[in-house]
Amino acid sequence: MKKLCVVLDDREVQENPFQPDMWRIVRRYPLTSDVNFFQVRPVDVDEALKFTYKPGQFVMLSVIGEGEAPFCISSTPSRPGMLEFCIRKVGTLTSTLFGLKENQTIGIRGPYGNGFPTDKMEGKDIMIVAGGLGVAPLRSLLLNFLDNRDKFGKLTYLHGAKAPGDMLFREEFFQMKDREDLNCMLTVDKDDTGKWPFKVGMVTDLFKDIGPVDGKNTYAVVCGPPVMYRFVIPHLVRLGVPKQQILMTLERRMKCGVGKCGHCAIEYLYTCIDGPVFTYWDVLHMKEIIGRGVSDKVIA
Amino acid sequence: MMILKMKKEDLAVFLESIREWGELWGPVKKGNRVTYSKVDSLSQMDLKATRTIIPPKKFLYPPRFTMFDYDEDGFVERTGDVPRRILFGIHPCDIHGVHIMDKLFLETYKDPYYAERRDKTLLLGHSCIPDDKCMCFATNTDFIAEGFDLFFTDLKMFYLVWVGSSKGHDLVRMKPDLFSRDLGKNDIINYTEYRKWKSSQYKVNVDFTGMPDIFELGYNSPVWDDLAEKCLSCGQCSMVCPTCNCYNTVDDVELGTMEGTRDRFWDSCMFREYSLVAGGQNFREKRADRLRLWYTHKLQAYIGEFGKPACVGCGRCVATCPVEINVVTVSTALKEQEVGK
Repeated sequence: MKKLCVVLDDREVQENPFQPDMWRIVRRYPLTSDVNFFQVRPVDVDEALKFTYKPGQFVMLSVIGEGEAPFCISSTPSRPGMLEFCIRKVGTLTSTLFGLKENQTIGIRGPYGNGFPTDKMEGKDIMIVAGGLGVAPLRSLLLNFLDNRDKFGKLTYLHGAKAPGDMLFREEFFQMKDREDLNCMLTVDKDDTGKWPFKVGMVTDLFKDIGPVDGKNTYAVVCGPPVMYRFVIPHLVRLGVPKQQILMTLERRMKCGVGKCGHCAIEYLYTCIDGPVFTYWDVLHMKEIIGRGVSDKVIA
Repeated sequence: MMILKMKKEDLAVFLESIREWGELWGPVKKGNRVTYSKVDSLSQMDLKATRTIIPPKKFLYPPRFTMFDYDEDGFVERTGDVPRRILFGIHPCDIHGVHIMDKLFLETYKDPYYAERRDKTLLLGHSCIPDDKCMCFATNTDFIAEGFDLFFTDLKMFYLVWVGSSKGHDLVRMKPDLFSRDLGKNDIINYTEYRKWKSSQYKVNVDFTGMPDIFELGYNSPVWDDLAEKCLSCGQCSMVCPTCNCYNTVDDVELGTMEGTRDRFWDSCMFREYSLVAGGQNFREKRADRLRLWYTHKLQAYIGEFGKPACVGCGRCVATCPVEINVVTVSTALKEQEVGK
């Protein structure tokens, strides 16, 4: 009878997908009044180069004593060994995170999500449109393109911020203005300082100066506040960019990142495993908030 | 599939002997409700009861449990303290419900907590008597062909016992003398009669065919607002639904230290906070939006992905919702474009 129980007891050895690993904050500094830049490295140095990811993917970040939330990665996989995040202080978890100092640890598990289809985008012209904090996942993509510049066609980067002081990674983008292999266009909605050297206006105003666009051969990537999609997408459609080549990355509440907790469901899709990157064609079928706002405008 | 025959009076002896493997749990009447409870013998169980308050998901995925113990150095997984359980008297609809949970928790990113409990839990099904809330005929979950360890069909004098797994067979081998392979003409006739009788017992008038299209057409229907007027957002429908899997996590930290536990507990998409993201954006602020998500998930989205509804027709939402919002009233309201009563 003893033996029987052994048969019944067979268990597979498996990894726990919910297990966070400890990472150390190595650099942290403010980007704006409420957004901080974080650079982290694994406590276990052997793990550092094993962690691979795609632009557009995210991790579940644990703050000890506070909980866990999803954050998109702002660094590029072409510069391995560390991860970078661009995080706004908006809630209890981020408030505690902002209280941590360099050398303190956080938990990280992932990467999760589909990420941007960089393989399919090879050889195409690329247009990236970032608004506000939407730059967080798009910086990963942009840096990755610049590190693999010869694989892609014409590269255009449009970035809008509310005011000069709100523009994230300002210095980085100012430097990119000088690059000849990138058309980097920056704008702010309002300039109270009077010292902003570039355009003042909405991010959509940049489309006027964009020059000729080969729509069919272009992949456009958009990330920003929901209202921005409503105004940017019609421009892209007008330029002839096919709907399945307009990419956007969505934000939802998540508790697991691996398709179990249900929070990020959009009808039959889970943002965590089916997204967070969706095409405009996908989003047209979604009737919730972003989908509805965007589709009304374009169909009408 | 192996089908054996057992005398009805031998069931008590059989259940007594398999307790050697693990705890025996079954439907037990408490007041006028029935719950799965730990029992010592068959006599404590109520096998005539149609449904328990909470489906067997509570064993595979407890309402609240600790995933990790943690401190500043990291997270330590908490597993291994799960007892071995034999669940007796599970009805076909609930076994179908477990299959839907299996798909979710065991495929892509296998959940070790669910997997451990699933592995240590044996499902011993039992045939049932449908009542006025059962609608498993409409979801094609009134019978079950696989995915249990043993299944007992009550044919008055005898049980026909389906052996559905190697583990189930191991249980049979603990008392091999109680089972016979001697099945004859009468057994087939009796079983066919039982199926006919069961199919004639349903009283609910519901038909879920075409629901995906009706949901699509009715996305902006005012019916959702009418239903939302009644809904209390209490989330009981999620707690009692065999296929509701949503959960939340919370870090419970010891005051003044960096030590604590990460716990996981049942959540419901009916709650306002469910889709709230940092910064205050709520993707389903309105109660109508949340109701629509629940029913869309059960009767449209899941069908689109797996070809069948994520409703197993157990009738728990019918029995539980205090304001009569359930798969029957919602699908009827959508079809007729009018909320009943």
